[in-house]
Formats: sequence, C-alpha cells, structure tokens
Amino acid sequence: MASLDRTARAFLLSELVAGFALTLKYMFKPKVTVNYPYEKGPLSPRFRGEHALRRYPNGEERCIACKLCEAICPAQAITIEAEPRDDGSRRTTRYDIDMTKCIYCGFCQEACPVDAIVEGPNFEFSTETREELMYNKDKLLANGDRWESLIAANLQSDAAYR
Amino acid sequence: MPKVKIDGVEIEVPAGITVLQACELAGVEIPRFCYHERLSIAGNCRMCLVEVKPGPPKPQASCALPVADKQEIFTKTPVVQKARNGVMEFLLINHPLDCPICDQGGECDLQDQAMAYGFDRSRYHENKRAVPDKELGPLVKTSMNRCIHCTRCIRFATEVAGVEELGATGRGESMEVTTYVEHALSTELAGNLVDLCPVGALTSKPYAFEARSWELTKTESIDVLDGLGANIRVDTRGAQVMRVLPRLNDDVNEEWISDKTRHAIDGLRHQRLDRPYVRKGGKLVEATWDEAFGAITARLKGMDGAKIAAIAGDQCDAESMVALKDLMTALGSSNIDCRQDGAKLDGPRGSYIFNAGVHGIDSADAILLIGSNPRTESPVLNARIRKRYLHGHHCAIGSIGPAADLTYPVERLGAGPATLRELVDGKLGFFEKLKAARNPLIIVGMGAVAREDGAAVLAMARELAEKLNAVREDWNGFAVLHTTAARVGGLDLGLVPGEGGRDVAGILAGCEKGEIGAVYLLAADEIDTKRLGKAFVIYQGHHGDAGAHRADVILPGAAYTEKPGTYVNTEGRVQLGRRAGYPPGDAREDWAILRALSERLGKTLSYDTLAQVRSRLVSINKAFAAIDQQAPGAWGAFGKAGATTDAPFVAAIANFYMTCPISRASRTMAECMASRAQLMAAE
Repeated sequence: MASLDRTARAFLLSELVAGFALTLKYMFKPKVTVNYPYEKGPLSPRFRGEHALRRYPNGEERCIACKLCEAICPAQAITIEAEPRDDGSRRTTRYDIDMTKCIYCGFCQEACPVDAIVEGPNFEFSTETREELMYNKDKLLANGDRWESLIAANLQSDAAYR
Repeated sequence: MPKVKIDGVEIEVPAGITVLQACELAGVEIPRFCYHERLSIAGNCRMCLVEVKPGPPKPQASCALPVADKQEIFTKTPVVQKARNGVMEFLLINHPLDCPICDQGGECDLQDQAMAYGFDRSRYHENKRAVPDKELGPLVKTSMNRCIHCTRCIRFATEVAGVEELGATGRGESMEVTTYVEHALSTELAGNLVDLCPVGALTSKPYAFEARSWELTKTESIDVLDGLGANIRVDTRGAQVMRVLPRLNDDVNEEWISDKTRHAIDGLRHQRLDRPYVRKGGKLVEATWDEAFGAITARLKGMDGAKIAAIAGDQCDAESMVALKDLMTALGSSNIDCRQDGAKLDGPRGSYIFNAGVHGIDSADAILLIGSNPRTESPVLNARIRKRYLHGHHCAIGSIGPAADLTYPVERLGAGPATLRELVDGKLGFFEKLKAARNPLIIVGMGAVAREDGAAVLAMARELAEKLNAVREDWNGFAVLHTTAARVGGLDLGLVPGEGGRDVAGILAGCEKGEIGAVYLLAADEIDTKRLGKAFVIYQGHHGDAGAHRADVILPGAAYTEKPGTYVNTEGRVQLGRRAGYPPGDAREDWAILRALSERLGKTLSYDTLAQVRSRLVSINKAFAAIDQQAPGAWGAFGKAGATTDAPFVAAIANFYMTCPISRASRTMAECMASRAQLMAAE
C-alpha cells in the first residue's frame, strides 16, 4: 500500500504543487526586505558600529589616555601612546584602531570612564584597501564630530539602563 | 621567644617584633599604607587594625604594637573587617576619583586595598579637599590632592636619604606634605620617593603618562651606571626601555636605587650608534659590517703586536672584555688596560674589592673614608653608611679627602696622603677610635688610588688595615669603592698590561709619539681622546660619545639593557644582567662583534656561543662560577711603598649626574644637573 501511495504522489507532482502554493501565498503578503541603500532597517541605540572619539561641547577631546580600552580590547586592536600636553594634562599622542582586527564587542566603550570612545550607529564604512581600515586619532575624532548628534541621542536614550 | 596565636594558629615568633610582622611570619596579610619595613614606624594610617587579646576591647594598630607572649591576634573578625572598611571610607573621602589619569593606576596600594575593603559608593557629598601641588625637582611629580598622609616620603627623606627637607604642616584636614620653602630635593635618591608613595601623590616626572604598568615587559637585570651593581628591573614596551625599578636584594641595594640608575635611561634613546662607520677622507661615512671589518683588517694585518693597544670601558660586560683580551693576546699585544682613570690597582683580588661587602657596613663600628665621596660615587651605599650611623650607636666615621656633605657627620682628618701617613703612624686621635673598634672598615676610593702615587697610597691603606687587625678570618675591613661597573670584572679577568705592556697612560703617551699604531677602544670614552695622536682608532660601543668622535672605524655595540652580560660589582659579586630589548639597527652584542672580527683577522677565538664564553670566564677566574655570591678575595702584599706627593685627594666623580655616555646623552640627567646647580646657587 505504501508503495502505491508513494508512486501516486510522485506522478501527481504533489511536492511541486505544494511548493508553488507556498510561493503564491507569500506573493500576497507584505514584503520583509528593504530597498537598501535607499531604505534601511531600524537600529537599536545600543548598535555597535564604527568607532568614534567624542569631544566635550567646548571642543576639548574627551579621551584622557587612561588606556583602559587598550587593556580590555580582546582583539588587541587598539594602540595608544600618551604624554603630557603643553598644559600638563594627560592626552594621547596616538590613538589607533585596527578595524580589521576589531570584533565589535563594545568592551572599549564599556571600559571608557569618560564616554570618549564609542561605537556609533554607522555601519557603512567599507573601503577599497586594507590600509584605510587602520584608523588613527584624526579619523576617529572626525567620526566623532560627524556622528555626535546621533551618538549623544543614543547614549541619552540608553542612559537609564546603564 | 614569645608564642602567639594568630587566627587560632599558634606560632613562635622572635621577641621584639610587632604584631604586623608576626602576622606576616604566619602568612597572614595585613593591609597597610604607612608601615614600611625599612622606615621607622609611624602608625598613622590605621589600616592595619587587628583585634588583640588580652588588650583593650577595640581594634589595635598592629604595626605599632609589640608582640607579647600568649597573645591572641584576630585578623579576620567582623570587628576588624568593619574597622578597616571604616578607615578605607575615611581615606577615600578626600581622595580624588582620578584613577584614569593617575600614573599610579594599576600599581596603586589604595586602588588594590579599596577592592578588598572599599565601599562601592560614596556617602560623602561635601566638597573634597584641594591642596596645591608642590615642586620637588625634575624627577618627582606631585599631585597632593591624592596624598593620604602616610608620611612615608617624609620618613624616607629624613632617615634614609638624610636630607631633612620634607615635612608636614597643619593638622587634620589641613595637613600638607611640603618642603616648607619651595625647592627641589637635594638628594640623589629622590626617585625612591615615587616607589614608596602608596598612592599617586608622588609620581615619576620623566615617566609621566608614558605607559601603564600592565603594558610593560619586566626583565630582571643589573645596573651598570655605578660600581654598586644595584639589582634592577627593566620595564620595556616594545624595543624601548620605559623605566627602571629597584629589585630587592638586602646584600647589595636593599630596595633603593640612585636617580642616575633610575632616570638616565632616556639616554639610551639618543646618540645611539646603530650602524658601522668608516672614516673616509676625514669624514665618518656609513658602512656595512663587511666594509668596517675590511678597513680594520687592512690596517691590522701585519702590524707588530707591540704597536696595537686596547682599552676597555667602564660599562663593559665580562664577556666582551674576555673576548677583547683573547683577541689582543692572539694579535701578540700585551698593551691592554681596563683602568681608564689610571687607578693603581692590580694586586690580588683582596686588594681591589669591597671585601667587607655592602652588608658588612651594617656591622662596622668605625669607618674611614680615604679619597672617597660615597654620596656621589654610590648614593645607595652612602645611604647604607648613614643607616649604620643611625643604628650603630653613631659609629665613628672619618674621612681623608675633599670635604663633602655626606648626610651624616664625618670627622674630616685631612686632605691628602700626608694625613694618611700620620694616621697610619698613630699620630691622629682617630687612630685610637679605629683601634678600639671591633670591625673597623677602611673604604678606599678612586680619588686615592687613581693618581701617580696611587700605589703608595694603597700600600699605606694596607699597612693601616694590617695594623688595625682589620683583615681577619671573621672580618675583612679593607674595602675599595669602585665608581664603575666593569672595573672589578676587568681586573678579575686580568685586563691589565702584561709583560712589557703599556697601561692607559703608556698607551696614550705611545700614541702621541707614534709608537702605537692602532688602538681598540671597547666603549672607552673617559680618556683624553686628543692624545690618541695619529693612531688608527677602532671604537666599539653604543653611544656617539668622545671615543666615537675620534674613531676611524665605529663598530656599533649593545648597551647594558640590550645584551645578556656578566658584571662584577665593587664587592666582587658576580651578577647576571639580562636582555630587555634588542640593540638598534645593525648593532650587535659586543662579544659577538669581537668574535666575528677575530675570524676576519685570521685569529678565530675559540668560542661561538654565550655559554662557551661564560665557561671561558670561569676557566680564567673561578669567581665567575658563583653567580650572585661574593667570592672572598685573596690577601697579599700589594701596593708599592714609596714617596707620595702633597697633592690632596680629589673627588673621583665631579658631577654625579653625568659620568658615562648614557647619562651624558640623557635629558633628564641634564635637567637634574641644572636643578642642582640652581639649588647650589640659591644656597
């Protein structure tokens, strides 16, 4: 009996019909894809994208070269060198992130006592060469300036849970 | 021996120690800030509270409480825990929350102990105390808001360094550690204040913000900037030496090092020789190793051995010195010397080492300094003499030589050899003091022997030692204080002129007359290079200093942090320095350069590895087999009785901060020098 049943299903193309039926059903449902890059999905305020170094509203850079991000980075992607600035404050002379090493775990922003290094909402920073992914301090500060309003808003909305 | 019970475990401890020390013997850790083994007890931080029975029903400061028989000590009860938590909370009330920008972060006692005893939030909502920072000179950076008033710095300056310049003004919240009138500290041991400070109030100025303790690779090594051979830890990041810290060795440096040892390291970054040079048409031009060796071979091949000479420098490791000596012997030259200052030392081992040992100072009961200023020659050893002065019922200390402030009272007997003669003949009152002493210590400095009549002075010193019965089975009070790290090693290996050979003075005289055709300078910069005349000069070393400027061929070598090396300190203690980083550019380890050159000269030396060089060292002198031990020196007739001049002994070191190529290249040392000069001018 079982063999008769199997043979009938095979010759009547029942799997094919079931498949087409499913396809037809989804043709009448709303679309789940977005038309990237013209459309984008929603992002959590905790989204961990491209890094940025922030400044205080008066323009002073936040980073104080405590090197906690460098210490905690599990991929050892961060390199910092520091020395006293002319006014005697502790500042970095070099702040490099190797974005090819980075695993976007977000430990650096967790470790930062002054919210200087953050992972912002930008995820569109692909490059054509590897070298462009070796970020230096200028690049990171420029990122901070560019994304500050969004970053600040994200931090604000997440502050209650930290 | 009192028996005490610590947390229920009975232990027998030596009488007279404190409860804190007893707990340490029992392996129980007691938190503390103000207590330090090598300083007097202050008992003011209150962190070491324990419960003691019998005793008052309140916690006791264990650092200031002597142990008594049948005492019961509790260190882990809720009462103790609560008391310590309370003390910690009080300490943190005024301590700023600036760990991220504090250089002590990561190696801070307060940070560590707050992890164990601290409360996780503050209950104090008033303003914190603000204290103006103090200026303590070019080495110590202050941030007085962080001070917890443990007074370790004050006690160190007063007791160990012997400069009573730090103190506290005000009481309670308005207490401030200060120098009263603002000025730089006038001590050569200022760097140790930074190590002692349990918080970040005193940090290192040259090292400010440069690195974190967790980024550094630590290498245990030996210092070569003076003759003491202090045990150090070299901290490196990548190829760069970031800082030098002392290592504990009670027999040598306890846990102190001098400012030169600690801060001259920035000299390792400047003026380095990183590739070979050959002089062409009067100018030094960059060359390859092959070209440099070729230039040397062309000049030395066929030259008579008697026309070749070699001088070993003051910071050479024993390995490179033995390679130099073997090479010179192979070339048929006996013109070799390791005594750039012309010290007349070449007798049996007992005649040129600090026989009593540095730890021997602790049992000396009368000390005579001959032509020596230990404060500039070895500040750490000077602190040891001061310690003996303080703890040894003010043992008598006399000095023949230039007047100097040694931080303890010294009876100045005279200035030159004539005074020494009088003393030997018993005509001076101090002779009786030495005679009465059970363990008299005679410290002979380079100022006394590095002169024309040095051998005669040395003979007088020996006569004095024998007259005082200072050289016995149980005590050898004849002590030579060297100013350089390589000297004892060089003398142990026989880097002195052989039969018919010339010493440094002879070599220079020979160069001027044209009798010496080629001179090999192994990092030797302290000679008068103008006197090298027309000789062909080969300079092997790590810094572009005096020797390199005159050289015809420069072979770049390694500095002491860049090679494994054996050094013998002034006591004759053989110690191993370890490699903390690699030499820059094309520079190589020194013994290996000499080995490679010997092959090109057709006189290949018989060793290829470091282990083989070290066994060669042992075959020349058995002392090299006993690492970290002070091998006793043989005694015999040394020195040469003879006429002495009237010239007074002069200080062997005119300027403490600049004595070698490394310290001369160091900016920090230049700043220290300027600061000291300013201080002198102000006085």
